[in-house]
Amino acid sequence: MAYPASFDADDLPDTPIPPPGQFPYTRGIHENMYRGRLWTMRQFSGFSTPEETNSRYRYLLAQGQTGLSVAFDLPTLMGYDADQEQAYGEVGKCGAPVSSLADMEALFEGIPLEKVSVSMTINSPAAVIWAMYLAVAEKQGADIAQVSGTLQNDILKEYIAQKEYIFPPEPSMRLVTDVIEFATRRTPRFNPISISGYHIREAGSTALQELAFTLRDGIEYVEHALARGLAIDDFAPRLSFFFNAHNGFFEEIAKYRAARTLWAIIMRDRFGSHDERSLKLRFHAQTAGCTLTWQQPWNNVARTSLQALAAVLGGAQSLHTNSLDEAWALPAEHAATIALRTQQVIAYESGVTAEPDPFGGSYCLERLTLDLEAGAREYIRRIDEMGGMVAAIRQGFPQAEIARASYEFQQKVEKGEAVIVGVNRYRAEAEEPVGALRIDRSAETRQVDKLHRLRKTRNNGDVERTLDQLRRAASGGEAPNLMPPLIDAVRCYATLGEICDALRGVFGTYDEKPTV
Amino acid sequence: MSFPIRVLVAKPGLDGHDRGAKIIARALRDAGMEVIYTGLRQTPEMIVNAALQEDVQVIGLSILSGAHNAIVPRVLELLREKEMAGVKVIVGGIIPDEDARELERQGVAAVFQPGASLGTIVSAVRQAAENASREMTPAAR
Repeated sequence: MAYPASFDADDLPDTPIPPPGQFPYTRGIHENMYRGRLWTMRQFSGFSTPEETNSRYRYLLAQGQTGLSVAFDLPTLMGYDADQEQAYGEVGKCGAPVSSLADMEALFEGIPLEKVSVSMTINSPAAVIWAMYLAVAEKQGADIAQVSGTLQNDILKEYIAQKEYIFPPEPSMRLVTDVIEFATRRTPRFNPISISGYHIREAGSTALQELAFTLRDGIEYVEHALARGLAIDDFAPRLSFFFNAHNGFFEEIAKYRAARTLWAIIMRDRFGSHDERSLKLRFHAQTAGCTLTWQQPWNNVARTSLQALAAVLGGAQSLHTNSLDEAWALPAEHAATIALRTQQVIAYESGVTAEPDPFGGSYCLERLTLDLEAGAREYIRRIDEMGGMVAAIRQGFPQAEIARASYEFQQKVEKGEAVIVGVNRYRAEAEEPVGALRIDRSAETRQVDKLHRLRKTRNNGDVERTLDQLRRAASGGEAPNLMPPLIDAVRCYATLGEICDALRGVFGTYDEKPTV
Repeated sequence: MSFPIRVLVAKPGLDGHDRGAKIIARALRDAGMEVIYTGLRQTPEMIVNAALQEDVQVIGLSILSGAHNAIVPRVLELLREKEMAGVKVIVGGIIPDEDARELERQGVAAVFQPGASLGTIVSAVRQAAENASREMTPAAR
């Protein structure tokens, strides 16, 4: 967004802004904000094998982290087993591989799921992975009604930005809604979706596009849940959001304020919600991976600190800070520790937690908030006119908007109009951070061996029977909720790949037209 | 140059992060080249077949997932099998230095790591296309 040359009293809204904790929650969802309770420090992690990832989780919990966040590898994100042809070379590279309930058991070995809240970044196969998670919780003796955490389960932003989709939009939206419905009835403490702008921004969008597309995605999910017959205030309190914490310090704070304001108004006026828990937008933030530089990687600690500070000043409920080595590799343990310590410094040393929305009333911040609100309303109106987000995606609208913004930014970098310290200004010899993590190929071999053993020792009759049940439920005209047959199948150790192949057979697959 | 430079930009592997690939494709097109973008999740076989059908001098591969050591050698091998060794391969992505040197040793024309400027990449593609054209006989082209 273009900043005005200066801001003054004319930039303030015409009516006074209600205090934190009051509708429309521009200044925060709680009266006390962090005086009452700090944000959850939740570092996204996963790599190599479920066993190695489990050790990292135990380490992070011992270091004072207050929640877990699972990164799955690409084959898992795409619904393939470690031993499928498509997985070759990718197992354990970008996250933890989970092909079956056995892997999920290993991932949470010794971690009580009734006590620790867990966030899972999984989308297209989210329902399957969540079925495995609930099955492990039950095996640990947990009451699933007490289990808390968040499933990302946001397929729309996959079509828009991150492109990890399997099925076409319509059956994908059914799966998302199945999860929301099941959670509403059975796991009242679990967030069944995290409506995500993070990946939209990473794909190169502006702050405004991130804000607008994310809120419009939220509207689409609400409409589907209502069409399923759920009452707005039965499920809306559990909708959660996930935003990027990028450069552009004031614009980012304004973005979070605008998101809260708009969501509260949308929920009240568009959907007739009366429950203030539905009106309050809760969000997780992650610092911007795409701003991390490969050159002079130690500078990334400074970038991440500023981005994290914006998220805190913007009232985030939970936060992930990136590690300094993430332009190179998944974080090594020492780098992950510095990232967590960065949050702890902000929380306990900086003093910024003393006052909710401390910049509220600033000419600059209020103007930026109002401008972002207005811009987002306009985008939402245009997408409504197209017939909603699925229709807009089919037309390639958000994809084209993001591609244009990302190319324009890159042109500015090329011309030196946008400065990246250490990349297009203040360059030096590249230095690799000490001990960047490398995932060797033996992780893949071990996972493949484990799967081969599993297929020999499990009851394959049960697997076939439960997969047949799942196929029938998925293909029938009655469209029952697929969570119960999914839970039955994963309990018998049907694998992720087998389940997704069964669903591919019924739903078909999706491919976008390549455009530049 | 008397012939148009034709480039295939491809995104192999399971990763869907196509921001880089699309920016490069657009920059090459703006530089006057004919660019064919394959889209996502291309196997080495699909990429080499597309390169053959589209009659390109250069293949640009974007790989961010760490799977480059499994994917790139397979592309080079298929090019040799199909007697298309004159087609130059350029790789961009998160490629550690030692892997970059190894890929170049195996025959990759250039490897670009994060932060590389568009101008440098466009020049390298142009240079690779000229080298490819010199090596390819008119009959083979």
